[in-house]
Amino acid sequence: MSEVPLIETTDLKRIYRMGDERVVALAGVDCKIMAGECVAVMGPSGSGKSTFMNLIGCLDRPDSGSYRLRGREVARLSPGELAGTRNREIGFVFQQFNLLSRVDALGNVELPMIYAGVARKKRREMAAAALERVGLGDRKTHLPLQLSGGQQQRVAIARALVNQPACLLADEPTGALDSKTSLDIMALFQQLNREGMSVIIVTHEPDVAAFARRVIRFRDGRIVSDEAQAPRDAAAALAGWTEAA
Amino acid sequence: MSLLDAFLSSAAAIRAHALRSVLTMLGIVIGVAAVIAMVAVGNGARERVNAQIQALGANLIIIIPGNVTAGGARLGTGNAATLTDADAIALKNEVPAIEASAPIVRGSVQVIAGGVNWATSAIGVDLGYFIAREWAVVQGREFTEEEARRGGQVALVGQTVARELFQGGEAIGAQIRVKNVPFEIIGIMASKGQNMWGSDQDDVILLPLQTARQRVVGTSRAKNRSVSQIMVKIREGEDISIAEEEMKKLLRQRHRLEDGRDDDFSIRNLAEIQATREESARTMAMLLLSVAFVSLVVGGIGIMNIMLVSVTERTKEIGLRMAVGARPRDVMGQFLIEAILIALIGGAIGIAIGVAVAVISADIAGWPLVIDPAVAIAAFAFSGLVGIVSGFYPAFRAARLDPVEALRTA
Ligand SMILES: Nc1ncnc2c1ncn2[C@@H]1O[C@H](COP(=O)(O)OP(=O)(O)OP(=O)(O)O)[C@@H](O)[C@H]1O
Ligand SMILES: [Mg+2]
Repeated sequence: MSEVPLIETTDLKRIYRMGDERVVALAGVDCKIMAGECVAVMGPSGSGKSTFMNLIGCLDRPDSGSYRLRGREVARLSPGELAGTRNREIGFVFQQFNLLSRVDALGNVELPMIYAGVARKKRREMAAAALERVGLGDRKTHLPLQLSGGQQQRVAIARALVNQPACLLADEPTGALDSKTSLDIMALFQQLNREGMSVIIVTHEPDVAAFARRVIRFRDGRIVSDEAQAPRDAAAALAGWTEAA
Repeated sequence: MSLLDAFLSSAAAIRAHALRSVLTMLGIVIGVAAVIAMVAVGNGARERVNAQIQALGANLIIIIPGNVTAGGARLGTGNAATLTDADAIALKNEVPAIEASAPIVRGSVQVIAGGVNWATSAIGVDLGYFIAREWAVVQGREFTEEEARRGGQVALVGQTVARELFQGGEAIGAQIRVKNVPFEIIGIMASKGQNMWGSDQDDVILLPLQTARQRVVGTSRAKNRSVSQIMVKIREGEDISIAEEEMKKLLRQRHRLEDGRDDDFSIRNLAEIQATREESARTMAMLLLSVAFVSLVVGGIGIMNIMLVSVTERTKEIGLRMAVGARPRDVMGQFLIEAILIALIGGAIGIAIGVAVAVISADIAGWPLVIDPAVAIAAFAFSGLVGIVSGFYPAFRAARLDPVEALRTA
C-alpha cells in the first residue's frame, strides 16, 4: 500500500521514573493504523493502553522511538506545537466526559474552535451542527448537570468532532455508562466511522470491542496481538435490546 | 485564543466565584480608594488654603513688633512697641516694591447698638488697609482721607457684626457705642469668610487708626504712636523675598539696630505659612501613600494566593483545555487576564469609593472638591500592574502543567 498511514509508531517507548524506580509503560510499540479504521485497544490493567493513547494523541511525548501522524514526525514537537496538532488532528473522548460544568452544551462543543481561532458566529454554527450530528439538537443550551451520562458523552463526542480531526481517540468511553447507553454510544461511533472518521477506542469489555473492525491487545507495554474481525452492528444490537426490554 | 475569548472566559470564572473574587479585590479596593481620597483631600485642602490666602490679600506680608523667632522661642507676641505709624509710612515711601502699607491696632471690644450688645474685635486702620487686604466696601463708603488722618468717629462693620447688631435692619447711618465711644456706621464690608485659622473674618469692626488708638483699643500705644502690626502688600510681579530684605534693612536702620543684634520685629510671609502647611500636608500624604502602597502590595499577594488556589482547583479543566488544543500561552493568557481583571475591577471599585470619600469629606470640611482624572487613571493602571505582577507566577504554573497529569487529577 502506497497510502500514508494515519498513525505509524516505530519502537515507541515510554518509561516513567519515580525516584530510583523505572516503570516501563511502553516497551517498544510498532503499530500502523490507516485512515478510516475502527480499532479497539484491549489489555489488562496497567498494560500501557492509556499511555499509548496519550502518545498517539500528542498529549505526551515518547522517551524514544518514532511517531508519524499522517506522515509527519511529531514525537519531538514542543508543547505548543503539540497543542496545535491536538487541536487540528485529534478528538479526545474521555471516560469521565470532562465537560466544563459552568458552560452549556454549545459552549463545551465550541471549546476546540476557540483555540483554533474560529470566529464566534462560525463557532456557534459549527457547534450547533456537531450537536445535531450526535443527536442532541434539542439540548444545546443545557448545562452538563442537566444531561444524562449518555447525553454528556454525546456532547463530548460532538466536541471531539467539531474541528474535523483526523481521528477520534476514546479511552474507555463507555466505562462510566450502563450497558444500554454504552451500546448507544458505540452505535454513534460506528455511524461516525461509516461516515469516514477514524476511531480508536480503549476498552476492557469484549462486548464493546466486538463493534470494532480490528482489535489490538497490549500486555506489559507491548502489542501481543493485532487482529481484524467482522464487527457487530451496534444499531442492530440496540434495536434488539429495545425489543427485549 | 482571541483576547476577547480569554476575557469572557476569565469574566465567567470570576463570576462563578463572586464572593471570593470580591474578597480578593479588597486590598486593591482599599489601596486605590486611599490614593484617590488622599489626593482629593490634599488638593481640596490646598485649594482652600489658597483661597484663604487670596481672601486675606495676595502678596501680603505682616510685620509684627518683637522678635518671635529669635533663639527658636517666642520672645514676644506682638505686644512690644517697636513699630510705629512712621515705620509704615517709611516703608511705603522707601521700598518701591511695596504697593500699600497699613499700620493697624487691634483689640477686643463690646459694641452696643440700641439694646443689642455684641463682642467683636476692633481694628484701627488707615486707607492702606483696604488696598493691602483687597477688601472692599459693599454698602456705604470707605473712610475719607480726612477721617482716616484726623480720626473721625465713623466705623465700618463686617457682615457678621452688621447681621448680629441689626438683624437685617438698616445699619448705615446707625449710631453705635464702642467702649462707650460713639461712632456712626458709614459702610459694610464685603464678606471674607473664615481665615486659615478658622476664625470669622467678617466678625470685625473697622475704625480710623487714630481714633481707635486714642480712645478704643491699644490706648497704651497712643503716646508713642506704636501699632500692633503693619500689613504690607507687595506689588504684583515683585520678588517677595527681595522686598522682605529691603524692608528688614530699612526697619533695622530706622530702629538703630547695630550689626549682631536681633531684629525687634518679625516679618511673616503668608507664602511661608502656606509652605509650612503644604509641607505638613505632604507628610500626611506620604503617610497615606505608604498605607495605600502596602494595601496594594497586600492586595497583590492576595490575588496571587487566590490565583494559585484557582489553578490547583481547575487543574483538570486546564488539562481538558490543553487536550482540545490550548497552547501553554493560551493557558498563561487566560489566568493572567483573570488576575488583571480582578485587579482592575478592584481598582474601579476603589476609584468609586475613593471619589465617594472625597465628595463626603469635601462636603463635611467645606473645601472644594478637586478630583484629578490623571490620578484616577494612574491608580487604575497601577492596579492593572499589580494584577500582572501577581498573576504572572500562577499563570506560569498553569501553563507549565503536563496535560496528562492535569487530566488525571480528580
Ligand atoms: N504518571 C505516571 N507515573 C508513573 N507510572 C505511571 C504513570 N502513568 C502510568 N504509569 C504506569 O505505566 C503503566 C501503564 O499505565 P497505563 O495507564 O497506560 O495503563 P492502562 O493499560 O491504561 O491501565 P488501565 O486499564 O488500568 O487504565 C502502569 O504500570 C502505570 O502504573
Ligand atoms: Mg487506562
